[in-house]
Amino acid sequence: MQIGIPLELQSGERRVAATPKTTEQLIKLGYSVVVQSGAGNEASFPDDAYVASGAKIVDAETVWASDIVVKINPPTDDEIAKARESSVLIGLIAAPRSPELLQRLANRKLTVLAMDSVPRISRAQSLDVISSMANIGGYRAVIEAAHEFGSFFTGQVTAAGKVPPAHVFVSGTGVAGLAAIGTARSLGAIVKATDIRAETAEQVKSMGAEFVAVQSEEAQQSSDGYAKEATEDYAAAANRMYAQQVPQQDIIITTAQIPGRPAPRLIDASMIAQMKPGSVIVDMAASSGGNVEGSVADEVITTANGVKIIGYSDLPGRLPTQASQLFATNIVNLMKLITPGKDGNLVLDLEDVVQRGILVTRDGEVTWPPPAVSVSAAPVAASGAAGAGSGTGGGASAAAAGLAKAGDISSQNNVEKNPRDPRVTYAVAAVCAIALLALFAISPGGLLGHFMVFMLSCVVGFYVIGNVSHSLHTPLMSVTNAISGIIIVGCLVGFTALNQATDMFLGTNLAIIILSVIGILLASINVFGGFAVTNRMLKMFRKG
Amino acid sequence: MPDTLIQGSFIIAGLLFILALAGLSKHETSKRGNILGAIGMAIALVFIILGVVFGTEQTVATMLGDVTLPIQSAAPAWAIIAIVIALVVGAIFGITKALKVEMTGMPELIALFHSFVGLAAVLVGWTAYFQSVAAGHFDPLHSGELFVGVFIGAVTFTGSIIAYLKLSAKIKSASLVLPAHNALNLLAIAAFVVLTVLFVLMPEGALGLGLLIAVTLIALLLGLHLVASIGGGDMPVVVSMLNSYSGWAAAAAGFTLDNDLLIITGALVGSSGAYLSFIMCKAMNRSFISVIAGGFGSDGAIVGAQKDYGEHRETNAADVADMLKNASSVVITPGYGMAVAQAQGSVADLTSKLRAQGVNVRFGIHPVAGRLPGHMNVLLAEAKVPYDIVLEMDEINDDFTNTDVVLVIGANDTVNPAASEDPSSPIAGMPVLEVWHAKQVIVFKRSMATGYAGVQNPLFFKENSAMLFGDAKERVEDIVKAL
Repeated sequence: MQIGIPLELQSGERRVAATPKTTEQLIKLGYSVVVQSGAGNEASFPDDAYVASGAKIVDAETVWASDIVVKINPPTDDEIAKARESSVLIGLIAAPRSPELLQRLANRKLTVLAMDSVPRISRAQSLDVISSMANIGGYRAVIEAAHEFGSFFTGQVTAAGKVPPAHVFVSGTGVAGLAAIGTARSLGAIVKATDIRAETAEQVKSMGAEFVAVQSEEAQQSSDGYAKEATEDYAAAANRMYAQQVPQQDIIITTAQIPGRPAPRLIDASMIAQMKPGSVIVDMAASSGGNVEGSVADEVITTANGVKIIGYSDLPGRLPTQASQLFATNIVNLMKLITPGKDGNLVLDLEDVVQRGILVTRDGEVTWPPPAVSVSAAPVAASGAAGAGSGTGGGASAAAAGLAKAGDISSQNNVEKNPRDPRVTYAVAAVCAIALLALFAISPGGLLGHFMVFMLSCVVGFYVIGNVSHSLHTPLMSVTNAISGIIIVGCLVGFTALNQATDMFLGTNLAIIILSVIGILLASINVFGGFAVTNRMLKMFRKG
Repeated sequence: MPDTLIQGSFIIAGLLFILALAGLSKHETSKRGNILGAIGMAIALVFIILGVVFGTEQTVATMLGDVTLPIQSAAPAWAIIAIVIALVVGAIFGITKALKVEMTGMPELIALFHSFVGLAAVLVGWTAYFQSVAAGHFDPLHSGELFVGVFIGAVTFTGSIIAYLKLSAKIKSASLVLPAHNALNLLAIAAFVVLTVLFVLMPEGALGLGLLIAVTLIALLLGLHLVASIGGGDMPVVVSMLNSYSGWAAAAAGFTLDNDLLIITGALVGSSGAYLSFIMCKAMNRSFISVIAGGFGSDGAIVGAQKDYGEHRETNAADVADMLKNASSVVITPGYGMAVAQAQGSVADLTSKLRAQGVNVRFGIHPVAGRLPGHMNVLLAEAKVPYDIVLEMDEINDDFTNTDVVLVIGANDTVNPAASEDPSSPIAGMPVLEVWHAKQVIVFKRSMATGYAGVQNPLFFKENSAMLFGDAKERVEDIVKAL
């Protein structure tokens, strides 16, 4: 089948849905690839590079006549008209916000896979363009803020005086927020962050920032990896927290979004009025209503007290090369998933929640929204915090690579055995003690002396070995092997029990001699071999 | 020769053995520990041989503690020749074996040595029996002790032989599951108890001899069955368990002979071996009983086979070399596969090359990696990898987040995320090396087959892992060349 990569038409869009590298990978999967002339220019991928990777450079008509068209932004009406009937379209669709677009796509009988509808489960991480783009957006938000900010991020002591470090506050710690934290931290700023999902605190700490919790009765748990709208009580508590934090900050980056709803208003004009002149706010949610009062999508606003509010909505697109590479790689991963035969034939498996999740129209019908999948590792109860922590901890580390998720599909179940009643333990111990005492009462005196030695040696053995270094287990075993060769003593004393009144080499005497000699031979193998091999091993261990 | 001299030598030897074990718990003192143990052994041997050959009846009585054994007198002088010949032959065999053995062959050697202790314990029991026959007098306590000694010794003997055969791949390492195998084990133990009671009551004549033969055979079969029904993946536990048994066998011989040195040494070895087994079991999150009862390695193969894990990615040596060059922190987690491929030398080359380029290379060792406790450490030490960059699981697990590349060489179950993520997995709850937190994981493997637990490993399908198929040694050498 043929994959077509068109030039993005949306104004200001510099990204492209395939790079020369991913073109090669798509061809390996058995597809042929056509790229519209100039599609990669803005992302620094010239036509020649695509040709070198095996693609053909063609005009827009040929691209849209392909079996599969992969693009970034939702298609325009013109593009839908150009698309071949019952072909496949892959890209960002914004399905929840554009029912009419879905209808038009369905009318054209297109099979549409919406890359922004990938369910947030571990297996689908490799196709999740929202995460890839949010990662870039978070990075760029800090860079934009630094560009507008008049001072260093890092604190320095120079000959020309001391420079205090910048204070950065990140609101919303999804992928974008975590990426912003990481970037701001590596520029040297002091970073604080907050999120309505208290379970993200550990991820925030892992990125080196301080988590500021909202002091409210209810903490939100997320079952699908996204935040939900907060209640009034919570909103009031959050408002108090922002009112206290905002005036102290030099840079604020807000990333709070709720799928399918306007972005929550977190910071109002009265808070901004208390900020220092020259402070910068980046509102990454400006295009969906804004977290910050007064932010305007795609513009930089300067308030009366000199605070700049950046509302760019194309932050990922401002790193076109990187963004194209990540987007295109996500596309390759999707194609791998839906090309099971690696033969250039696209096969959709609707039993697969990932494929079902992104399929928004098919055969003239709108198939969005898909059946719900609950995926996140929400803490089971207050005491389950540790379990959830380790579930989401994995996400935190992946965040550095830009693939964070609110949780993993599987949470750790704390299957605790019912602790035994201590009284039962005591009772068992008492019974054992009485039984032993009864046994001792009837046992011959000589035995008890030996038993004492035996018991003490067991305890000594146990404690001596208790803190053995793991790496010495093998030498330890071979040395215990050597010393258990002490059984040779048992064989040696056999010679003392020979009956010298009778013939030495007959009857029991002969049996004793033979058995003892064999025993001595075997045990001495242990004694000498054991110490020798231990010595050989220990000589090998050396410090670097 | 003063009588107390021999007992005194036992006290010193016992003390030196304790110091030997204590010394072996740290790298700095380990060599000294081994030497102290050897000195203790030498002292005990010299004095006991002198006592046996040149002592008076009085000396012999002292040597044996209470006189429950019928003592004739000191051994005839010619006995020293027999003793020395046996000692020298044993020493030559033992030392050549010790100097020749490949480090990958350590598990077999140790299992073989255990079997010698077990057999020697059986022989001591039988010798004691013949001594009683010769004296025409059976002490009930003594009869019971020798019976127990023979039983434990025989179980250790055949158990170790089977372990030796499995470890050296002379027989299949898969577990043997007989119908009602637990009932068989219990039956053997019940038979042992009944026979002991009978023997204590009627040790004389043909009946006594028959009982002793019967218990020896039952114990031999029990040892055989116990270890045969334990799968290959549980071998580290089996080896340390047999280590413990060999100690108990020596202690039982000590009771038989009323010899405190044997009791002390046997108890030391027995309890330390038991504790080691306990550590191993904890590392696998398994109960000791379930390991001994056996059958684990065989039933996991079906689990999760139908589950869809997605696609794994393949990579090649040149790419891995590039990745390593650009990394600042690399962790290598070896497993049994490294031993099989004899790749430790090439891994050491890779390590020193990377370290020379300023890459921080460390090793993460799972407690049950390999077929013997500490097996990987010995292999790496042989290949001259400094021990201070070889870390335990607990020491390194938190560092994976800051690690650029993890090389998983021949390990599988010990790096399986299913253990912590999938409660239905047969290895659920087993602590594992959390390699998947690293930025990149490279898995060296022959094929996509499962590990010893028979469990599929979701690590291979993770976003950040890539497979490097083929012989571990050759692949590592390829990478070294590409560096």
